[in-house]
Parts: sequence; C-alpha cells; structure tokens
Amino acid sequence: MGDAIPRSLTGQAGDAKRGRAIVANRSVGLCLLCHSGPIAEERFQGDLAPSLAGAGARWSEGQLRLRIVDASRLNADTIMPPYYRTTGLQRVAQAFEGKTVLTAAQIEDVVAYLVTLKD
Amino acid sequence: MRARYFAIALFLVFGASFALAQSQGQSQRGSGADTRRSGYQDMGPALQQMQDDDTANPGMLFVQQGSKLWSARVGVAGKACADCHGDAATSMKGVAARYPAIPPGADRPVDLEGRIDLCRTERQQAPAFAHDSQDSLALQAFVAAQSRGQPIAPPDDPRLSSWRVQGEEIYRRRQGQLNLSCAICHDENAGKKLAGVTIPQAHPTGYPVYRLEWQGLGSLRRRLRNCLFGIRAELYPVGAPEYVALELYLMERAKGMTMEAPAVRP
Ligand code: HEC
Ligand code: HEC
Repeated sequence: MGDAIPRSLTGQAGDAKRGRAIVANRSVGLCLLCHSGPIAEERFQGDLAPSLAGAGARWSEGQLRLRIVDASRLNADTIMPPYYRTTGLQRVAQAFEGKTVLTAAQIEDVVAYLVTLKD
Repeated sequence: MRARYFAIALFLVFGASFALAQSQGQSQRGSGADTRRSGYQDMGPALQQMQDDDTANPGMLFVQQGSKLWSARVGVAGKACADCHGDAATSMKGVAARYPAIPPGADRPVDLEGRIDLCRTERQQAPAFAHDSQDSLALQAFVAAQSRGQPIAPPDDPRLSSWRVQGEEIYRRRQGQLNLSCAICHDENAGKKLAGVTIPQAHPTGYPVYRLEWQGLGSLRRRLRNCLFGIRAELYPVGAPEYVALELYLMERAKGMTMEAPAVRP
C-alpha cells in the first residue's frame, strides 16, 4: 500500500468519461462540493480543497486511487470523506449503512478521469 | 432602464457599506475583537434587504399570524396567551434570546417550541402543537420577533452545563457516511464555498427563519436536520433531546450576538 493502491479495485480499467460525470454530480461524487475542477458547466464549485486541475500530473494512478478510497490513510485529520470504507464511521444514516460512497467500479472511473487532468 | 439604475444604486449603497464593514472588521482584528458573523453577513444584498424590510420579509406574515394566535382563546381553559402574558412587546422581550432553558418545575431544558407547548398543555389545556406545525412556527416567530435587536443571553443556570457539553460533543464529533463534523464546516471552513454556497458560522440568531429553499418558515431543529442529512448521518428523532443540547451549545457560542428573527436565509 504505502502511498498508493497500484492495482485496480475491480481488475479492470475505468472509463474516464463516466468518471467525469461522477465527479461533476453533486449527489454522486460530491467532489465539487469541496473541490473546484476543469468542469466549466458546473458553476457552483467548492474551495475547501485543492483544485482537481492538474491532479493527474501531481499524482500517479495508484496514488489517486488511495486518495479516493481513504484519504485518511495519508492524513488522519483530512476532511475528505473516505469513498471506499464502511468501518470507523459513526451514526451513518440507515439508507447508507454498510455501503461505500462510491462502488469500486465508480472509483475506477473517477481515477481514469483524474489521470487525464494533466494541467 | 429604471430597474437597472435601481440595481446599480443598490449595489453602490450595499457595496459601500460592505466595504466599510470589512474595513472595520480589519481594523478591529488586531485588538482581539469579536470576529463572529451572523449568517446575515454571508448573504447577498438582495436577501439582506428582504430580511430588513418588514413588507418584503415573508417571515413577517408568520409573525402576523402568530400575533392573532397570541390573543386567541383556546383549550379547555379557554385562555389566550395574552390573558396570562399581556402585551408581548414587553412580556416576551428577550425571551427567545435566552432559550433553550429549564422552565420552573421542570428538570430538563426545552426550546421555544417546547416552552410554548408547555403553556398550551398546562395552562390552556389544549393539545400540544405538532412539531413544526404552521401554528407553532407562527407563535415562535411572533415571540422571537419581540427579541429583535436583543443580545443572545443564555441563562446562567448550572444545570444547563452538562447539556451544553453534550451539545458541543455532538458538534465536534464526526458522523455520517461522509465522516464530517459540524465544527469542520462551521469553525474550520466557515466563509469558504461549499459548492458555491458560503458556509456560515452557524449562529442561531434568526430562528425561526424563512428559508428560500424551504419556501417556508422553519425551526433551528429543521436546519440542524438538514445539515445532518447532508453528511448522511442518522437523524435524531424529531423531539430528541440531542437537538436541545446542540441548540444550547450554539446559543452559548453566539452569546451576545444580536437576535434577528424572523431572518431570511437562502
Ligand atoms: C468534504 C470535502 C471533500 C470532498 C467531498 C472531496 N474531497 Fe478530495 N480532498 C479534500 C481535501 C481537504 C483535500 C486535501 C488533502 C487532504 O486534506 O487530505 C483533498 C485532496 C484530494 C486529492 C489530492 C489533491 C492534490 O492535488 O493534492 C484528490 C485527487 C482528490 N481530493 C479527489 C477528490 C475526488 C475525485 C472527490 C470525489 C469523488 C473528492 N476529492 C471529494 C476534500 C474533499
Ligand atoms: C459539509 C458542510 C456542513 C456540515 C458538516 C454541517 N453544516 Fe451546517 N451549514 C452548512 C451550509 C453550507 C449552510 C448554509 C446553507 C444555506 O444557507 O444554503 C449551513 C447552515 C447551518 C446553520 C444556519 C446558519 C444561519 O445563519 O441560519 C446552522 C445553525 C448549522 N448549519 C448548524 C450545523 C450543525 C449543528 C451541524 C452538525 C450537526 C452542521 N451544521 C453540519 C454546511 C454544513
């Protein structure tokens, strides 16, 4: 593990186009609540977190994957939600109990999109 | 054309007063001055104006409705609020600014809604209002409006301390599928943009508020439930003591700030 999860969670490559749609969607990826990114049609973006622009230049695919799966492995105090973890959470709403924010396949799509963000 | 000049004039006036407020904030900072902001200060000028103008503030319709309920005789006792409390402008001044509180004879705190329900059931001998019913909200708005301009003044009752501690504990605890806490947004990131919306400092200065998103008046508890829902946390049941504990903590945190109910919020 270390600083990265080098292998795909599903064993397959994600789809960047679907990934972009997940990132842009306020109730699926939720990414733009906190981040901004090169997604011009979404006018309402956040500034609680660094811009996603250039993420694919700063980080390898595996590093990006770990940051989405569970950013708290890198920074225990991070406010970025763990997208692929169901343990260590408190008072999760019943509708979401035991479920991850994104599925493994969705995470692979998001990773495939983020690696394309070279600048 | 007219409208456009009006808009520009508005911008100039509000733009200027905003700049002034900013520079005052700036010059006070060094002297350890109060940096707390009401959600009012985080709204655009159009909404601020809506709140300030009683003829434009939709919350004032509820205040009017509440004033009728204030003098309506109801229940087995056939008594109106006014029969016991007289003129609300004097008897209710400052009341909303100190709730939640522990009413005489009770052993746990209640918020304004709970206090009104106690009078309903005990003095008027009428059924308690349904939570968040229009009539209850109207009476709350009417009572709260009597505290406009008053400083928030939580009671100095030692029995409230453990409740405030519990409220603060909830405020700081991460919860929900998104693993966030109130403090993460409202202390650490207040003033930043969450999907384009400025995160306010969460001071309960204006409740009940008319919220545009609700297209109606709502309680502080409803607002807290919205935030819990947003982080995908299990909601405490309506009427749960956890909300009163959170409200007590938020009021303590906002002590001395100015009451502005019924406020308008986006
Ligand atoms: C509640 C806020 C929040 C949400 C929602 C969120 N993030 Fe983050 N993210 C952060 C913060 C804050 C950081 C900064 C590093 C840290 O604190 O861990 C970060 C860091 C990152 C990084 C590393 C950025 C860099 O260049 O250093 C990536 C990539 C990232 N997030 C992607 C995403 C994606 C993709 C989503 C949605 C699927 C998402 N984030 C959702 C708050 C958030
Ligand atoms: C992910 C960020 C986030 C979290 C976590 C959060 N809130 Fe909020 N809260 C907001 C935003 C954004 C608004 C303003 C929304 C609007 O007006 O559209 C808000 C509004 C409020 C307000 C209304 C302030 C006013 O001026 O009327 C209160 C009170 C409040 N939150 C309390 C809480 C409490 C208590 C918790 C925890 C149980 C909490 N919030 C958790 C983002 C958050």
